[in-house]
Amino acid sequence: MHNPYLPYPVRIDDITVETEDKSLKTFKFVFLNPGDEEAFTYQAGQFAELSIAGLGEIPIGIASSPTEKGFVKFTVFKTGKVTSYLHAMKEGDIMGVRGPMGKPYPWDVLEGKNVVIIGGGFAFTTLRSSIIYMLHPDNRPKFKDIHVIYGARSPGMLLYKDELMEWAERDDINMHITVDATDDPEWKYHKGFVPAITEQEAPPGDADTYAIVCGPPIMIKFTQPVLDKLGYSDKQIIMSLENRMKCGIGICGHCNIGKELVCKDGPVFTLEQLNQTPKEY
Amino acid sequence: MKVIQIDKSELDAGLGKLENAYRLIGPVKEKDYHAFKTLKTGEKPDLYYINTRLSARAVLYPQTEVMFEFSLDRTDEQYGILKEPKKNDTPRAVIGIRPCDADAYEVVRRNFDTPEYKDPYWLKNYEATTLVGLACSNPCPTCFCTSTVSGPFSDKNLDIMLVDNGDHFLARVLTEKGEKLSESAGWNSPADNADDAIETLKDSAESKIKSSVSTDNLAKQSLIDLYEAESAIWESEAFACINCGTCTHACPTCWCFDVQDETYGKSGVRMRIWDSCMYPIFSIHASGHNPRGTKLARVRQRFMHKLKYYVDKYEKGIQCTGCGRCVRLCPVNIDIRRICNKMNSYDPETCSCKVAS
Repeated sequence: MHNPYLPYPVRIDDITVETEDKSLKTFKFVFLNPGDEEAFTYQAGQFAELSIAGLGEIPIGIASSPTEKGFVKFTVFKTGKVTSYLHAMKEGDIMGVRGPMGKPYPWDVLEGKNVVIIGGGFAFTTLRSSIIYMLHPDNRPKFKDIHVIYGARSPGMLLYKDELMEWAERDDINMHITVDATDDPEWKYHKGFVPAITEQEAPPGDADTYAIVCGPPIMIKFTQPVLDKLGYSDKQIIMSLENRMKCGIGICGHCNIGKELVCKDGPVFTLEQLNQTPKEY
Repeated sequence: MKVIQIDKSELDAGLGKLENAYRLIGPVKEKDYHAFKTLKTGEKPDLYYINTRLSARAVLYPQTEVMFEFSLDRTDEQYGILKEPKKNDTPRAVIGIRPCDADAYEVVRRNFDTPEYKDPYWLKNYEATTLVGLACSNPCPTCFCTSTVSGPFSDKNLDIMLVDNGDHFLARVLTEKGEKLSESAGWNSPADNADDAIETLKDSAESKIKSSVSTDNLAKQSLIDLYEAESAIWESEAFACINCGTCTHACPTCWCFDVQDETYGKSGVRMRIWDSCMYPIFSIHASGHNPRGTKLARVRQRFMHKLKYYVDKYEKGIQCTGCGRCVRLCPVNIDIRRICNKMNSYDPETCSCKVAS
C-alpha cells in the first residue's frame, strides 16, 4: 500500500535570499531518487509539505512552475520552528518534500480568458508559478490579456525582483508593481496600496476576465470591494487560503472550513464558494 | 447466515485455541473501569461488562503511533531520510466489542479510506482485525444508539455477533473472517430457532433505550444558518465548556490527529497522536492568528462536524453511534443529544429551537 505520508527525499540545490530583511528565502530542491520528480507532477496553485526529520512538516505553496524541469522551488518565510531551522540549512543538505497537494488554480476555466493576478507581500509564490506557466511559449496563446498587480511594503521586500523587472519589459504581460512607500528617486513603478492600484489598473470584470487574489487578510479585505465595483462576480474571484495543516491529504482534520478541507478541497476557492462556508481561516 | 451456540462452559476453551492464531484483544477491568487490552496468555475478556470507559478506537488507531523512523547521525548515508518501521500485522481479534464501537469503524473509515488517499496504518490494522461483537442486552441510560447509525444488536460491522442467552451465547457468523475464527475456536454447534431468540432479545434491548436524538432535518438545514445560530445554540452550549477535550478522546468516531517528531540522540521518529478540536492550538497559525480562537468556535466546530459537516459530506447520517460516553464523561454536562435536537429543530426565521435548553 502506497504511504501518502512518506516524503520524497530531496537535496537543497540552491538557496536565494529574497528580501532585504532576510526573512524570506527561496529553496531549490532536486529529487534524490529517479522517478520521484515525475511522481511529483504538479500544477500552479498547488502546495507541498516540506519535511525535516526531527522537526516536522510545513505546508508551503509551490513557487516553481510545472514548465520548469529538474527541480522544485519554495519560498519560505521564517516564522516558526521548522521554517527557522530551514533558514539555517545549507546547500547540499538532505530533507523531504511530500505532495503535490490540493487543487491548483482552475486552468481549464482560465483558458481563453483575461487573467488578473493580484498579490501582496510574500503570498506571491504560487502566483510566480502561475505567471511563469502562462508566459511559457506553449501556454501564452491560451490566455488573453494578463495583468499582474503586485505590491510589497518597500522595493526591498518584493519577491523575485529580477523576474518582475524582466516581465515589466515584456509586451505580453501588463505588470503593475507597487510599493507602499519608498524614498528611492530611481523607483519607476507605482507607489500606493494594492487595492488603489487595482482600482486604477485592473481591467473591468466582464465575463471573460478572472482575478486571482493572494495576499494578507487586510489586502484582501480592501481589494474585494474594488473588484465588486469593477464588475467582477464572486465566481470570477479566485482565492487561495492557508490554515494550520498536518497531513495535507484531508485526513488529520485540522484545516477544515465547514465541510471543506483547505488542504484537499482547496486551497484554491472562488469567492462564491467561500461565501457558502464559515470564515474559519 | 449461520448461527451457532457456544455454551458458556466451553467459551474459555475456544478462546484458548484462538490464542495460537490471533492476538486477542478484549475488555478487561482496570481499577474501576473497563478498557480494551491485548490479553495475556490465558487471560480472558470480561463478557459481562457494560461498556469500556474509552472507546475501541485505539484498537485500530493507537493514541500514539510511530509513522516513520529516521537517523540523525551525520555520518549515516540515510541521515534525515524517513523509513517506514516494521509493523506487526499478524491477525488479531477483538472479543466482545460493542456494536456502537464497531459501527464507529465504518463511520471513520470514510475518512481514512478515500478514493484519492488511503491511510495505510488504519487500513492495515482494520484488515488484520476480526471483530467478535457482543450485543447489548442492558444498555445504559445515556445510550441513544437506536436513533443513530447503530443499535444494541447492530451487526453490520461485525464478523461475529455474540448474544448472551442464559447459559450459552448465540453467535451469528456474519463474514468469512468470522467463519475462519469460529473454525479456529472449534465453535460449530448449530443453534435451533436462534433467529427468533435473537429477535426477541433485540426487541427487549431496544425497548430499554429511552433516550434518542432527532436527525431527520439536519441535512435540510442550511449549514451557514446553523453555524450562525450563536444566540439560539452556541453561546449557551459553549458557556460551561472548559475545553478539556474529554469528549473527543472518549469518542469512537473522532479521528483528528497531530503529527510530531521526537528525537532520541542520533535517531528519531515521526508519530501521530490523537488531537482534539477543543484545544486552541489545534487551529492556530504560525503567525499567531487563530481562526477558531474562541471557546464558542471550538465547541461549535465539534458539534457542527459530527452533526452537519459529516452529514452533508458523506450523506450517511451523523458522525455518532450513540455510545453516550461524551455525555457520561463531560465534567460540565454538555449533552450531544440536546445539541443535536436543537440543531435539528432550529428555525432560522425565528432564530429559535423547538427543544428547550
